[in-house]
Amino acid sequence: MPKFLRGLIWIATAALGTLALSTIALHRGEEISAMWLVVAAVCSYALGYRFYSKFIAAKVLALDSWRATPAERLENGRDFVPTNKWVVFGHHFAAIAGPGPLVGPVLAAQFGYLPGTLWILAGAVFGGCVQDFVILLFSVRRDGKSLTEMAREEIGKVGGFVAYLAIIGIIVILLGLCALIVVNALNGSPWGTFTIAMTIPIALLMGVYLRTVRPGKVLETSISGFALVLLAIWGGQWVSQNPEAAKWFTFSAPALAVLIIIYGFAASALPVWLLLAPRDYLSTFVKLGTIALLAIGIVGLRPTLHMPSLTRFIDGSGPVFAGNVFPFAFITIACGAVSGFHSLIASGTTPKLIRRESETRMVGYGAMMAESMVAIMAMIAACVLQPGIYFAINSPVALIGKVPEAATATITGWGFPVTAADMHQLAQWVGEQNLFSRTGGAPAFAVGMAHIFATSLGGQAVMAIWYHFAIMFEALFILTVLDAGTRVGRFMLQDALGHVWKPLGRISWYPSILATSGLIVAMWGFFLWQGVKDPQGGINTLWPLFGIANQLLAIVALCVATTIVIKMRKARYMFVPLLPLAVLGSVTYAASWHKIFDPNPRIGFLAHARLLTNTAGANPRFILYDRIDAVVTGILITMVSIIIIESVMEWARVLAGRQQAVVKESPFVMTRLTAEEQA
Amino acid sequence: MRVLSLILNMLHEVFDESAYARFLKRTGMVNSRAAYAEFWREREIMKARAPRCC
Repeated sequence: MPKFLRGLIWIATAALGTLALSTIALHRGEEISAMWLVVAAVCSYALGYRFYSKFIAAKVLALDSWRATPAERLENGRDFVPTNKWVVFGHHFAAIAGPGPLVGPVLAAQFGYLPGTLWILAGAVFGGCVQDFVILLFSVRRDGKSLTEMAREEIGKVGGFVAYLAIIGIIVILLGLCALIVVNALNGSPWGTFTIAMTIPIALLMGVYLRTVRPGKVLETSISGFALVLLAIWGGQWVSQNPEAAKWFTFSAPALAVLIIIYGFAASALPVWLLLAPRDYLSTFVKLGTIALLAIGIVGLRPTLHMPSLTRFIDGSGPVFAGNVFPFAFITIACGAVSGFHSLIASGTTPKLIRRESETRMVGYGAMMAESMVAIMAMIAACVLQPGIYFAINSPVALIGKVPEAATATITGWGFPVTAADMHQLAQWVGEQNLFSRTGGAPAFAVGMAHIFATSLGGQAVMAIWYHFAIMFEALFILTVLDAGTRVGRFMLQDALGHVWKPLGRISWYPSILATSGLIVAMWGFFLWQGVKDPQGGINTLWPLFGIANQLLAIVALCVATTIVIKMRKARYMFVPLLPLAVLGSVTYAASWHKIFDPNPRIGFLAHARLLTNTAGANPRFILYDRIDAVVTGILITMVSIIIIESVMEWARVLAGRQQAVVKESPFVMTRLTAEEQA
Repeated sequence: MRVLSLILNMLHEVFDESAYARFLKRTGMVNSRAAYAEFWREREIMKARAPRCC
């Protein structure tokens, strides 16, 4: 294509993106089509990929296609395997896409669609994609080393230790939160509970089938498993309509919490092939399929956004969670814009599959763009709902009460009209008894998704099926995160405790398995129990904590990236990782300060503890929860400070010439790939 | 056709079928219950240590 024509296409893309962003930003009091968000996102990603990532690849990282990657040099047919870039892209995307980009934007929609959308786009293009790209490349240049190993080598021992603690912290908070989302989605829902309960025997059956009947035929087993899950969704409708059967599958939130805690412990101790792997395959299958379906649905049906661009809750008085748009919109969006957790994947299996350095751009930067697009779709799913309905689903009982008429009057008083009859009808359409205060994001996302599809595919008659499909889809991969996370946490504890007493480090020693599984389940079980029992807590407390922990891990990754860029003698380009680092640092510090010290009891843990202390008859356990949350947040922010201080000292030493700038890369080896392949 | 083959390859990799094929090639074993059990013995730690992202 002629250069002139290419230039014109990019100018047109920029103009279209500007028009879409202006429409999103400047429309007030009018409903707009969801397509404006899609167009703004696609244009922003296209421009970011074509220009910013290319600049980073050429100037900052100096990608070298002649340099052999560890997949080529250390090829062993096991973990180091040179793989086609599209295959690695799919593999990487399947590993990084989780429930976060679906739930975060749904919760942040309480501010309106504008703040969340802008942060998803800017945060991804200048932060999340950059982090994933540079960490992947740096790991490739270090034989696929992990983030903690790179932090230890490039920043110092303290950096490595803090990275380790941050990973344990984020895993524990993440698991408690994920479990709470499932509890809130299944609370009092026999249909949903039956469907999700059925996925456990289905996964076990898949494990046994794969092991004994058709060894290695994972795809066909996953398709069969998916068919069984669809059957379970259909069966769930019968369960919900049969009073006797419904009784067996209707649980209160505390009962569901206990069941999930028992499940988490069992999943950690069972063999991987029996439950974890088949559930992982099943959830990946459903996840990739549903995300594709949602994308087709949004583009094909072009729904209208009913949520305003900005709501009155940007002042911090939001019912979904309390706190100002800054920093809480950023903390809440988390994975849809920047996810520290991705740096673990980008320095885990993916770098061992990369065939050429140049492919890290598409895999690292590109996969995060796709994840960010998922977040935009979740924002759309939340904002196609009437705002009154959105707030009725997402506001806790403590704020709106249990009586439907009183709850709808409160929400209508906020300026978002809704009636008890509307809510009753919607609950009937989706096959639930009640949709009030179904906090956690998953039910609102499921209603939004059902709403999008039901407008053309089957109408209201099948809305219940779509809703329960969406609930199953979210709960399925949340439980996968729970399985895998509990086991990863168990291994990390075993590694650490092995230094204290050697037998505890033996990963197959059953007393050690039981002790460490019990310990990690107890840690996330604490947060889950707190979220279930504390009427003021729940998602309001745990999601910001999770966001802080996640962004903390991103800070560790960006500190490592900035240190390496400086040591590569590219200090003039240090702004590339430093810009997102500065933004995330300020967001994390501000959010932590608010969560600990804010005088508003709905935001600050200590203020809430004081309020309870001064309230006659308050449960002392909730005061303890608040204080523990404040301490956990304090520990997290102390870790941020340590890693930043140690990094800045290292940068100062190198920049002032007091320390030689030496990067700990593997030596250059010329690739064996032919010139033709390079082209 | 090329796109379809790429998507299939991607799915085989994501669902560990390619890893199993490589294992069979590397060890010279043929597909069987014993071979698959051996594959999982080797892969168990790697799979179990891989976090699923949030």
